[in-house]
Amino acid sequence: MNDMTLMEKTVDTQKIKIAAKDVNVYYGDSHAIKDVNVEIEDKTVTAFIGPSGCGKSTFLRCLNRMNDTIDICKVKGDILLDGEDIYDKRVDPVQLRAKVGMVFQKPNPFPKSIYDNVAYGPRIHGLAKNKAELDEIVEKSLRRGAIWDEVKDRLDAPGTGLSGGQQQRLCIARAVATEPEVLLMDEPCSALDPIATAQVEELIDELRSRYSVVIVTHSMQQAARVSQKTAFFHLGNLVEFGLTGQIFTNPEDPRTESYITGRIG
Amino acid sequence: MTDLSQNTASEPRKHGGSLLEQTPRTKKRNAAEKRFRAYGIAAIAAGLVMLIILVTTIVGKGTGAFQQTFITLQVELLEAKLDKKGERNIEDIKKVTTFGYAPIIKGAVAAAVEELGIETSLKPKNLAGILSKDAAAQLREYVLANPDQIGQTVEFRFLASSRVDGYMKGRVHRESIGKDKNISPEQLDLVDALAAAGVLEKTFNLDFILGADASDARPEAAGMGVSMLGSLFMMFVVLALALPIGVAASIYLEEFAPQNWLTDMIEVNISNLAAVPSIVFGILGLAVFINYMHLPTSAPLVGGLVLTLMTLPTIIISTRASLKSVPPSIRDAALGVGASKMQAVFHHVLPLAAPGILTGTIIGLAQALGETAPLLLIGMVGFIASNAPETLADGLLAPNSAMPAQIYEWAKRADPAFYERAWGGIIILLIFLVTMNTLAVILRRRFERRW
Repeated sequence: MNDMTLMEKTVDTQKIKIAAKDVNVYYGDSHAIKDVNVEIEDKTVTAFIGPSGCGKSTFLRCLNRMNDTIDICKVKGDILLDGEDIYDKRVDPVQLRAKVGMVFQKPNPFPKSIYDNVAYGPRIHGLAKNKAELDEIVEKSLRRGAIWDEVKDRLDAPGTGLSGGQQQRLCIARAVATEPEVLLMDEPCSALDPIATAQVEELIDELRSRYSVVIVTHSMQQAARVSQKTAFFHLGNLVEFGLTGQIFTNPEDPRTESYITGRIG
Repeated sequence: MTDLSQNTASEPRKHGGSLLEQTPRTKKRNAAEKRFRAYGIAAIAAGLVMLIILVTTIVGKGTGAFQQTFITLQVELLEAKLDKKGERNIEDIKKVTTFGYAPIIKGAVAAAVEELGIETSLKPKNLAGILSKDAAAQLREYVLANPDQIGQTVEFRFLASSRVDGYMKGRVHRESIGKDKNISPEQLDLVDALAAAGVLEKTFNLDFILGADASDARPEAAGMGVSMLGSLFMMFVVLALALPIGVAASIYLEEFAPQNWLTDMIEVNISNLAAVPSIVFGILGLAVFINYMHLPTSAPLVGGLVLTLMTLPTIIISTRASLKSVPPSIRDAALGVGASKMQAVFHHVLPLAAPGILTGTIIGLAQALGETAPLLLIGMVGFIASNAPETLADGLLAPNSAMPAQIYEWAKRADPAFYERAWGGIIILLIFLVTMNTLAVILRRRFERRW
């Protein structure tokens, strides 16, 4: 495992962006997340790994209350964003999601032009006063999404006409356009080929300089490559959480070791 | 691993001998498939035959209604009969009823017969019998509109009576008129002579499409036009009410409503409503809109309201289906960038569902357009020979009929000339329905999106 050399990547201690305390999630009768405590740092890539159905995506979706759209889903415990409880009654999930952006497993651009895909968020949040400002935001976001050079000549073309990897980078640009503070990524590369995956991973590393990034992934190599912190979920429990290098080379829990060596999952 | 070792122990199963030879089991399966295909082809063929019979019958029996026999005559508008005072005072001219015009028409027919040198034993009164009873009314209308033409000789195209028209179309024969008081063999001789001279001819009749219904004695003058307007006003009401209500209800049920026993119940009942016989909606409309709310009887407004009730379930069901077909990833994408639920629905989901919603609406409208039963109960079927409504309020509130109701009304009447018109009316109705359905298909093809 050559990827393990990445453990030498510098990890500065950052301030805590999201703190989850004793989080329990229920889908009707089934207990999906059990007493999870985790602290996600600013300007850091945090990876959630674990076998299918372990609750890592569910937990990710709790962080910007996307689970609200599911009627039977109940969340207990506290999730604090900059010290504020995001499940407080006074919190409007719409405002929260502007701060905590999300990129999904399957690239899901709107069936509109590339420009409109990126401009949609800034438009509904009123981030641009006029067309020139909006143009600027779109260009900046597409550049941050590392897709500007490929699409700058066809901003009016439909976003759905791009290739899978381009679509996913467009979705990242779209998420970045609303200037979020945290970017959640739910298996962003699972539908992409290795080249597109490499491009997106490179992008994630660049995004770290501005945002706190949380990424759910099935690929342990990917977690090792892009993240500084890794959390291992198993059957709804957070088994181990720590520096990525530590988790992959010297895990404390035997379940973590079994998983990363391929014996469970 | 244990399974594998067991398999190697026993002899592997053989599927028959040579591959070139079919086993009895394969033969049996192939025969079953062949039989099934034959059933399918037979079913489609039966359907096609029915369709062909339907279309040829309708076209064969109905096209006659679009043609009508006209007689062109030079009419001298005698001042002595129409305006005795000679002052061209419109009030005086109005005092002359259609009876006063009869002698003028008789004179005109006699003059034409004389001019063409046709020998006939008919008296002038019987000569005019080949013309429609509508001729005098047509003449009077013209004179009232152009009083300055009195004293002149003007050329007119009069409708021939329905018997003469039937004779020209082959519906009436010399043998079949033995006891008919409306036509005699001598009159038919005259018709033959006039047709030979080119005075009497069968041409396309625009009035059948644009005109109003006519009384039992004048089937040749009856048209679909006013009932078509009645139908259009009803469709206007249905579109204005059913589309917004139906779409709003479906959006709420599909996107916002919580999933519980109440919404389940509403869902089941909407599906049930779609299957309720239309006459039930008719009696509901009678009870609520006419008896309780005292809206006018026979008004397209009431018809439209009843048809709205009937169309709503169709629109709701198709709208919900098209909302459901929009992939949830689009909603996630919108919510993910911080759109509110309503923004996600109105900015992204609804535009994608629009073609499906439109298709459903058009099909619902087409269904409502062809509906007759509920109209029977609110009095929109009856003899309505009014002029075309001039204002929107008039169109909505004045008594009117609807296309299918008009067809039903004609089919009920005794004179076989009306029977032909009923078929003609069905052709017009079918043209409307086919057009609407084609539009629905085009919309669906055009805007259909694949994810």
